[in-house]
Amino acid sequence: MDDLRNKIINILRTSARLTDGQIAAMLDITPEQVKEEINDLEDKGIIIGYSAIINEEKHDRSAVTAVIELKVSPQIKNGYGAVASKIAQHRQVESVQLMSSGSYDLAVTVRGEDLREVALFVSENLAPMDGVLSTATHFILQRYKEKGAVFFSDNDDERSLVSP
Amino acid sequence: MNYENILSERVKNVEFSGIRKFFDIAATMDNIISLSVGEPDFKTPWAIRRKAILSLEKGRTNYSSNAGIAELREKICEYTRDTIGVNYCPKNEAVVTVGGSEAIDLAIRVLVNPGDEVLVPEPSFVCYSPIVSFAGGVPVPIVTKQENSFKLMPEALKAAITPKTKVLILPFPNNPTGAVMRYDELEKIAEIIRNTDIMLLSDEIYAELTYGDKHVSIASFEGMRERTIVINGFSKTFAMTGWRLGWAVAPEPILTQMLKIHQYAVMCSPTISQYAAITALSDPEARRDVDYMVGEYDMRRRLCVKTFNDMGLACFNPEGAFYVFPCVKSTGLSSAEFCEKLIRSKRVAVVPGEAFGKSGEGFIRVCYAYSLRHLTDAMGRIEEFLKEQNS
Repeated sequence: MDDLRNKIINILRTSARLTDGQIAAMLDITPEQVKEEINDLEDKGIIIGYSAIINEEKHDRSAVTAVIELKVSPQIKNGYGAVASKIAQHRQVESVQLMSSGSYDLAVTVRGEDLREVALFVSENLAPMDGVLSTATHFILQRYKEKGAVFFSDNDDERSLVSP
Repeated sequence: MNYENILSERVKNVEFSGIRKFFDIAATMDNIISLSVGEPDFKTPWAIRRKAILSLEKGRTNYSSNAGIAELREKICEYTRDTIGVNYCPKNEAVVTVGGSEAIDLAIRVLVNPGDEVLVPEPSFVCYSPIVSFAGGVPVPIVTKQENSFKLMPEALKAAITPKTKVLILPFPNNPTGAVMRYDELEKIAEIIRNTDIMLLSDEIYAELTYGDKHVSIASFEGMRERTIVINGFSKTFAMTGWRLGWAVAPEPILTQMLKIHQYAVMCSPTISQYAAITALSDPEARRDVDYMVGEYDMRRRLCVKTFNDMGLACFNPEGAFYVFPCVKSTGLSSAEFCEKLIRSKRVAVVPGEAFGKSGEGFIRVCYAYSLRHLTDAMGRIEEFLKEQNS
């Protein structure tokens, strides 16, 4: 059962737009079983959402994404959670992760319409926040691979159209 | 100069492969979504590529012994023992060839005298009959049928055997049908062959791409090893088509003669590929990559079978290789017409079944060594095409 669950999760990881029927065929089970499993995964909060992988360079050249390293002073009982959930509430924030790096604590990914929006967000929302000790902002210049999907054309299919 | 009078009759009389004809049509068009290749979509596992790079850095760029690097032959024999349970001596019963294709060529050439008949189950890979003809032999097709899951049936084999029969080719798991021969089915074939002098060429290039139960080799049956040449290679299993590396294992008296042709024709197989192949057969990381690829193919296989059956093209459930072989007879079109109309109106390339022998007429070969998105897109277009045909 767990094996089936893993298989469904692995398929959805890269191909979330397949229909229940298609996934069912791939795993040799019924579409109802797929639906049931996915519902359960969603109910349990194991699957919490579905999203597309966007090539921003092609979609909106002015959009900017930055990874911001935050040093945070942990709070009694709640550790980093309180600050993290406060940061997560902003719509510009794509991800918040606690890191084990030692040199910083939270990695925050912020997406904005342009450079200015991201810079302002950091200086007006993140840096002054209670518990945030320092920030270091790294702008993403180029994406090569995201969630298993590659962005560059080296990976194009070079096989001939027809072969024996 | 009148080349007609100069060129060899044997060569001139053999036609180009039907796949090539279809390729010529496809090559004139843009934006084709192809489902027509005969090779994996995965890249060669990184561990194998790294080994090739390393061997170049070390300057290992010389010939190897004719039969191939000794360590590789040892690995091949170990692998053969572990996978099909048959022992071969790495010193004189194994040769590393330029792809499985060269091994097929060697095998046929050392066995066939002019006039000998070679039984070729069809539909099958395109090279067997032409190579038999080049050697002066007579290819005799044995038709396999969809109602028998494209397996070689004992009655059909018996009916094809004559006093001139020299070799039976066993192309399983099969390209293009995806058919496999399971233990009980092979035992019946072995039973017929046991009382004859017929030799076997078992082309097991897709052996690892067998779904459900594991692949079984005819060579593992009583009395069969002594009359069988087993062919395998790195192209399909390890996604190494461009490396051109395969092998044959066979009893010493046969292999010695194969080696003679190999030595005069190609000296030895490319050594960069050979060093990398040692890694293919021994590296656990490469093994995990292979297992992953096989798992992916298996899921795509089931998706394709279901999708074609749902759209009304009866598709038997293939248990090997990476092809499905749906029947297009319901459209009233020949397989060549179907493929040409499909590529012109929907830009999807699939191979007409007749390219793999006359008995492939009425079927198309669809390769599923493509990403899920590519597959679902292409099959969606085929479904649209069918609807337009019906309206």
